[in-house]
Amino acid sequence: MTPPQRKRRHPGQEPPPPPPPPRAAEPGGEEQGRPKNPERLYVITGPDGARAELDLVTLIVAREEIPPSVTPEQATLLRLCTSPLSVAELSAYLGLPFSAMTVLITELITAGLVQARAPIVRQALPDRSILEAVMHGLQKL
Amino acid sequence: MDFKSSDTIPGPRTEDHLPQTAQAAVKIVIVGGFGVGKTTMVGSVSEIRPLTTEETMTQAGVGVDDNYGSDSKTATTVAMDFGRISITDRLVLYLFGTPGQERFWFLWNGLFEGALGAVVLVDTRRLEVSFDVIGRLEERGVPFAVAVNSFPDAPRYPVEELRTALDLAPDIPIVECDARRRSSSRDVLMTLMRFLHSLAMTGALV
Repeated sequence: MTPPQRKRRHPGQEPPPPPPPPRAAEPGGEEQGRPKNPERLYVITGPDGARAELDLVTLIVAREEIPPSVTPEQATLLRLCTSPLSVAELSAYLGLPFSAMTVLITELITAGLVQARAPIVRQALPDRSILEAVMHGLQKL
Repeated sequence: MDFKSSDTIPGPRTEDHLPQTAQAAVKIVIVGGFGVGKTTMVGSVSEIRPLTTEETMTQAGVGVDDNYGSDSKTATTVAMDFGRISITDRLVLYLFGTPGQERFWFLWNGLFEGALGAVVLVDTRRLEVSFDVIGRLEERGVPFAVAVNSFPDAPRYPVEELRTALDLAPDIPIVECDARRRSSSRDVLMTLMRFLHSLAMTGALV
């Protein structure tokens, strides 16, 4: 039997048109309990909408005791990240989309209530020591 | 309800807390067609129960032409399953996969750009469902390795036949795996890391 045949693409090549959006959210499952109303997200994230450069795997750590001035949402987030947690994990635990999460975290960074530990990203200058550390870690699994 | 009240938030279990010394994280993305076992692979190597994050994108924001209805602001939710592996006290590896809608992942800003690399999981019964995702990685210059998830009733092809069918460059690793097995999934990640390391050695990693 002969497998189907693909044709290679190259960097910078014109991508094919994006797919059509799904007609409707699938019923049940993970859709339930998730934010659907943009207005509500606006309330959570504040009026300015400013965002820090946060990645899914930026680690967020609370700096100190939770001050009484914070909103209930901020207090919940601060309690979650007393030990470091990625933005992705915070998003999952709080049931908020990534972009809404980044706005909320940016407010806390601005207020000096949390610290963001930037991820290590793939760069033009190769960092072999990071790759070697990951390989060593995986070997221990 | 939009934001669960604080007493119902299921935060990390005590054993899932990262140490305070955790300074930085890296990520690897696991891609492939629907149902090839991406979530299974994430779950088999993750030290935490896999979690789900999501992002909402509007149709207008992603440049889709509106052959599909007059509402040009249809929101699309892209879900992403992920897991975590602590590498050292200071370094954490996150693995991202997703239960479908794979073409939308590429609209998720920063997901691939910042990743160390990607694993393309393929099912030889439906090789063609991986074609588009491989092409998109090539366009973005994201380094990747191909892992063939060995389903019992799937046709077996010699590696070189798969390489030809997938039109892969000679240096791109192809390995067989069983995504359900932790050691097998770990070996896939090791294969990708060795490949990335070889690219770094030759200065080819961009």
